[in-house]
Amino acid sequence: MLFYVLRRTGAALATLAAASVVIFVFIHLIPGDPIYVLLGDEATPEQVEALRTRLGLDRSIVTQYFYWVGNVLQGDLGTSIFFQDPVTLIIRDGAETSILLACVTMVWIVLLGVPVGVLAATRHGTWIDQGLSGIAMLLASIPTFWVGLYLILIFAANLGWLPSSGYPSIFEEGGLSNLRYLLLPSLTLAAPNAALILRLTRASMLDVAKEDYVRTARSKGIRPQRVVIRHILRNALLAVVSAFGFTFAALISEAVVTETVFALPGIGRLVVQSILRRDYPVIQGVILVIVCLYLIINLLVDISYRYLDPRVELE
Amino acid sequence: MLTVRNLVVSGGKGASRVDIVSDVSFEIERRKVLGLVGESGSGKSITSLAVMGLLPHPQLWVRGGSIELDGADITEEPPYLRVERGHGGVSMIFQEPMTSLNPVVPIGDQIVEAVRVHDGSTGITARNRAQELLEMVRIPDARLQLTAYPHELSGGMRQRVMIAIALACRPQVLIADEPTTALDVTVQMQVLSLIRELCDTFDMGVLFITHDLGVVSELADSVSVMYGGKIVENGPVERLFNVPLHPYTSGLMNCVPDPSAGHRRFQTIPGQAPKPGEITKGCRFAPRCRHAQAVCTTDTPAKVVDGPLHSAQCHFPIARGAS
Repeated sequence: MLFYVLRRTGAALATLAAASVVIFVFIHLIPGDPIYVLLGDEATPEQVEALRTRLGLDRSIVTQYFYWVGNVLQGDLGTSIFFQDPVTLIIRDGAETSILLACVTMVWIVLLGVPVGVLAATRHGTWIDQGLSGIAMLLASIPTFWVGLYLILIFAANLGWLPSSGYPSIFEEGGLSNLRYLLLPSLTLAAPNAALILRLTRASMLDVAKEDYVRTARSKGIRPQRVVIRHILRNALLAVVSAFGFTFAALISEAVVTETVFALPGIGRLVVQSILRRDYPVIQGVILVIVCLYLIINLLVDISYRYLDPRVELE
Repeated sequence: MLTVRNLVVSGGKGASRVDIVSDVSFEIERRKVLGLVGESGSGKSITSLAVMGLLPHPQLWVRGGSIELDGADITEEPPYLRVERGHGGVSMIFQEPMTSLNPVVPIGDQIVEAVRVHDGSTGITARNRAQELLEMVRIPDARLQLTAYPHELSGGMRQRVMIAIALACRPQVLIADEPTTALDVTVQMQVLSLIRELCDTFDMGVLFITHDLGVVSELADSVSVMYGGKIVENGPVERLFNVPLHPYTSGLMNCVPDPSAGHRRFQTIPGQAPKPGEITKGCRFAPRCRHAQAVCTTDTPAKVVDGPLHSAQCHFPIARGAS
């Protein structure tokens, strides 16, 4: 087990090294120049040159890359060109929002997607199944911003139950009650993802239900509910768990639209805004962190398989 | 003890409805083995699922007839309802021991699950019973094997675990659906003799489903031969093997290679078994039968008897001495 984790970590580091090159090269291929973002169009050539030298952008791209990697290895992701703050601090601020939002959203996805998927599968072919599958299809198809705006309209504007935008840190005044700011955004994000998990759970359950060992379980005279939970769902979850991992990673990196609708200071919006500002150090830093996140989640999913499926050998 | 009367199992609805099993009747007594013989698609497995109460609804259902166990009607009653209503148990072991056990649950837990339902015991008592059952099916180191997962066992061992699960349900009748087909020849004999022995120890009847006449002749007390969803001949094993009445039975027996006869062409029955609903009139074996005449394709054959226990459905049964 330990050996496996070490070997996988080694492979992950190699992936990370390759990813860092790709990230760096592609970001510098984006047309545009951070200097003009900072100084505006009316800057004199002298001012431009001076700033370029100060930011180190006048050096060759290879030199810049190794300079960057050298700093990353010391835990320094550089300084934001736009904010003039350390990138690590900027990412830390965004990460709190994004990670908490992803966690709350995952709770919705698991609580809604899995049980409703089980319900649809056990009522396979009835109007309940068709209704639930139809709703799932609808939720997966509606654009996120539309769901978000309607949730704001109903629960924030009309009923006034929940705040419509922003997110003060749980470490600031209000503490954990600040999580209520994340309720509507998490529901918005959960809608399409829970729908996908629902459909996956349902399809996986229907596959497993055809297995011989389910017939064996029924022949033992145990109650149908127990057959569904212990024999069908237990095996169907094997397929769903890997989807949980990727969904979680995607919730952190791809929540741009939701973060924008609810004015949340998250990672997704940080990336998009930094790209618009050509803020190279921030883009590089965030993408590097997201790559790490995917690698870690991948590893965790693989390890969890060892516990869910005894047939899986990790060595 | 177990009485199946005029069982009809159908699939499809309305005009597309077909009878997959029609008018099947048999009885199984305690400590006796009934062999149910036929080709693939003859309706053997569907018959056994109907007896188990495990037909896959709504694709298949019992359209007629009855299944009784010790006087109680258990037709279309799934196993958990049989437990709730205190009706006797029918257990089943399947052809594929590889896929018949839950891959993510230790075998001990899978046995205990059945013990808890049928004995009402829990905890260490149920666990000890599970170990005892593993010992009865001759699994070495039973205590240790309780925590093993199915993939850690060989095919023969898994089939023994299946038998242990079946026995945990304290069945009056054990249905064995080609339980040795997927096993090595050497293991086959062990499993067969185990089933025969447990039939006496547990005082239960056995419905043994197979296409292997050799197995039937060694194991069964009586035989029913199925063809195209119907039982075409049934009788005590020696009687049926020595004096087959139905041309299909005799054809099946000729298909078994005889090593003492030296090298010669294998005997086969020409043609293929009919699909369900393909033949609705007359004798279903008529298109493949050497003895068929015009009446065979138009009229349903009547029952011919050879003594009180042996009978067949045929217009032109094979006479004694002929073949």
